[in-house]
Amino acid sequence: MMLKKTRTLADLQNSAEFIARHVGPSDKDQQAMLKVLGCTSLEQLTTQVVPAAITMTDSLDIVDGCTEAKALAELREIANHNKVFRSFIGQGYYGTITPNVIQRNILENPAWYTAYTPYQPEISQGRLEALINFQTMITDLTGMEISNASMLDEGTAAAEAMALCQRMSKSKSMCFFVDEDCFPQTIEIIKTRAEPVGIEVKVGNPDEFSGDAFGILLQYPGASGEVRNHRDIITKVQDKRGLVVMAADILSLVLLESPGSLGADVAIGSSQRFGVPLGFGGPHAGYMATREAYKRNLPGRLVGLSKDSSGAPAYRLALQTREQHIRREKATSNICTAQVLLAVIASMYAVYHGPQGLQRIAQRVHLLTSVLASGLEQQGIKPVNTSWFDTLTLRLDERTQSVVKSAQEQEINLRLVDEQTVGISLDETTEIDDVKALWSILLGDHNLDADTLAAEISEALPGNLIRTDDFLSHPTFSNYHSETEMLRYLRQLSDKDIALDRAMIPLGSCTMKLNATAEMLPITWPEFSNMHPFAPNSQTVGYQIMIEQLEKMLCAATGYDAMSLQPNAGSQGEYAGLLAIRGYHESRGDSHRTVCLIPSSAHGTNPASAQMCGMSVVVVKCDDQGNVDIEDLNDKATLHANKLSAIMVTYPSTHGVFEEKITDICDIVHQHGGQVYIDGANLNAMVGVCQPGKFGGDVSHLNLHKTFCIPHGGGGPGVGPIGVGKHLAPFLPRESSDGDREGAQISAAPFGSASILPITWMYIRMMGRVGLKQATEVAILNANYIAKRLQGHYEVLYTGTSGRVAHECILDVRPIKDDIGISVDDIAKRLIDFGFHAPTMSFPVAGTLMIEPTESESQAELDRFCDAMIAIRAEIDQVASGEFSLDDNPLAGAPHTAAVVSHDDWPRSYTRSQAAYPLDSLRANKYWSPVGRLDHVYGDRNLVCSCPSIAEYE
Amino acid sequence: MGETVYTKDHEWLVIVDGIATIGVTSFAREQLGDVVFVELPEISALLTKGDEVAVIESVKAAGEINAPINGTVLEVNETLVDEPELLNSSPEEGGWMFKITLDEDSDISGLMNKAEYQNYIAVNA
Repeated sequence: MMLKKTRTLADLQNSAEFIARHVGPSDKDQQAMLKVLGCTSLEQLTTQVVPAAITMTDSLDIVDGCTEAKALAELREIANHNKVFRSFIGQGYYGTITPNVIQRNILENPAWYTAYTPYQPEISQGRLEALINFQTMITDLTGMEISNASMLDEGTAAAEAMALCQRMSKSKSMCFFVDEDCFPQTIEIIKTRAEPVGIEVKVGNPDEFSGDAFGILLQYPGASGEVRNHRDIITKVQDKRGLVVMAADILSLVLLESPGSLGADVAIGSSQRFGVPLGFGGPHAGYMATREAYKRNLPGRLVGLSKDSSGAPAYRLALQTREQHIRREKATSNICTAQVLLAVIASMYAVYHGPQGLQRIAQRVHLLTSVLASGLEQQGIKPVNTSWFDTLTLRLDERTQSVVKSAQEQEINLRLVDEQTVGISLDETTEIDDVKALWSILLGDHNLDADTLAAEISEALPGNLIRTDDFLSHPTFSNYHSETEMLRYLRQLSDKDIALDRAMIPLGSCTMKLNATAEMLPITWPEFSNMHPFAPNSQTVGYQIMIEQLEKMLCAATGYDAMSLQPNAGSQGEYAGLLAIRGYHESRGDSHRTVCLIPSSAHGTNPASAQMCGMSVVVVKCDDQGNVDIEDLNDKATLHANKLSAIMVTYPSTHGVFEEKITDICDIVHQHGGQVYIDGANLNAMVGVCQPGKFGGDVSHLNLHKTFCIPHGGGGPGVGPIGVGKHLAPFLPRESSDGDREGAQISAAPFGSASILPITWMYIRMMGRVGLKQATEVAILNANYIAKRLQGHYEVLYTGTSGRVAHECILDVRPIKDDIGISVDDIAKRLIDFGFHAPTMSFPVAGTLMIEPTESESQAELDRFCDAMIAIRAEIDQVASGEFSLDDNPLAGAPHTAAVVSHDDWPRSYTRSQAAYPLDSLRANKYWSPVGRLDHVYGDRNLVCSCPSIAEYE
Repeated sequence: MGETVYTKDHEWLVIVDGIATIGVTSFAREQLGDVVFVELPEISALLTKGDEVAVIESVKAAGEINAPINGTVLEVNETLVDEPELLNSSPEEGGWMFKITLDEDSDISGLMNKAEYQNYIAVNA
């Protein structure tokens, strides 16, 4: 019997499969939700929300989506164009072995990579512990007193250290001196950051430096490999009230005297070679450590120990008020993220190997380097550097080019220092056969015997710089060396946290959407992960193709003409975008244009970035609806017309509304000679619907970790590319010395966090034009559905003219605080008992909750969340009615730990079952908060930022 | 004991024999929440009205204290460094922040008396 053919082959191919995997609500659910809103179609809802004046009439210039298998096959073909050579280039990037237990259970584990920045400490104890391990590791190895929870990369860490020196130094000098033996990319970024704020950078030999400087940067060991004793220069600079920064190689510190014991004020560097793949330059975790006295000037995040409501030790982010979101243009830095996932990997590498294991690895790298050097010296090639840890500089004169070339023929990369000189850096992956191969390349035929040489080696580290003090003596670094113990430790930590693999994370302004497995797979392909950022172009063709395609896709999505993928965080994107605007004005002789208009509703990073570009911030008022006050904008643009540089405006606004007047805002600024920076934090409400590059923006940064599926990694990595109009394209960050982009380099690697760009490539390729638009429309649908379901229970603060919200909604719970006394904190912590991460608290309006569900959450999950919020509202009413008192109710007691609920003593006026299972559905699937509510005051008054002694737990 | 006078930035001053003792008001304390850190000026620092002289950080906010008048820093309340909570428990007594010697031409007009300040809070808060 023949079955009747009901569907065509094209139907059965199901090439739009991924769209339905990424978008949470099914077609049927979408119809039901639209009905709740009184709409008949997604288009109708979108029309009500997005102003007609800016709505796209065409569809996106992006090809149709495809299946996961097809996209992976296409990307695999591109990746195959990359040639993975053995790299001895070094210069801050080294081969390393990611322990497999770490790769599978952290890097490839959504429990780690889909988590958010640990602002809600109760549901983040696992990653907070991992980060305090990181801080302990850094403080131990650098010999400093306090470390932060990572930096974006070594180059920006150096620039941030310069800024710290300027703030803390008592020297009046405006000069920052940089050791000429620093990595070239570090020197570049220092220059980028110094110029707009009037710092004079001098590069030279520190031993010959005698002038005044507020700070000095020393590389340790130097880029040449030389291990210098910097003690004298450190004293000399400090005597003149300058501060000393040491950029220290983390693996060498296992064997070398620490920067702290040499007297340095700040230590910075990269933790990449602790198990984090090269990835063509990133993402990696930079680090920064300093003296206790400067702790309030440390940029980025800092994890501290405090205690919870029952007095038990618990971790949290400490000293948060020094950050940009509170201090705005007075902030000490615009850095508002870290590289958490990579810092976690690096810290676990140290946990896995322990101090003895790290010593063995460092000694082996050093011994192999010495064997290599000894053989070369015997055959007449004496290294230029007289001491080394892992790097040799060799003067080969006219042979240089031919040696580099013959190395490449054997799939080996050396570092071409200049026309006469090569550099060779060894690492954990180097084998004795590699040393022999290097001998052959450099010497031709030889009769060297590696084993004999190894037995005869004398120490090449300077005797007065050998490390003698202990490090990593905390039990954490000794207890988990068997794989079984390690596996369970990682599981035990991740089980404490809420990530997207457990529940929706409805954080407004953060866009916690699906990070699909197919998107994540390519990042660990060796063709992407084992590429050195300074490998010759002929080997990186796959990356070049992928990057070019991705730039085109992102230009199509945003309506801009050119895109730079270099910024490795949103804050870096802001900085690069403002620098492009600055470069543009200067090229036209308008260097006096330095005023940056910023609406009062802006994210705090905006004013901090403007200040770093040497701009002065003028705040524009917002009206009661949270929209830019056009009259005030007109007044200020007119008043500052001659000096107007730019406006930074977020769209849809930080209040979650598509402002009708956006085109007027852009026009007013353009009329007065300014440029329009549209902050793309909320781009998830625009893709396929409207384009910032077309409705008035000159530049935008995109958060690939929001709109384009790069996971948040528990607080990094991020990627913050910038799109610009044609006129700004020449001022994009420089990627190579011979490219047509002339803007200052802002990240250490030319393409920033290159190895995670395939995630976005995969997302756009699989979704295609139709899927991307649908994602936006459903993001708007989901937000409006929540707003509608919570109507009558909570007040929605801002809506557009149609009464709708955009892709997020703000619940105003201030009246609850004023009338009943229950705070936004109480509601957020009570949500934990229901298994949810709280929405964004107190941004953009203090005392409110901002909810962004994203398109990836199904109707069932949205309902589960709304049910929780409604149940909480009923509990609030129980307090209002006097049934519960203000200090003894399920909200004030939240979150409830298993220990509290099961305690024999239950002195509370509500029942245990209401505490733990306020909804019956929780009995089947319950998340238990590992700690009670954190005591923030105690933690900030008694700052502890490294692993606590075991006694703390007794 | 001189009369306590107030600024629009919620600082209080008691001026006796050309020396002003300065702190923040109870109203400011309530706005800040639990104070965790206080940065005080250096002794002998010369202040011009409006200069940033001190920083108060709470768990949720950070605020600068601007010099309310011209003068020279004479003394600071070192106790606050270890016990910033004094700003919460006793903002207008034990939580005083610093004392300055007024310049001869220091302009103290524009400061409010208690009734005026309370009226100011009522209208502006």
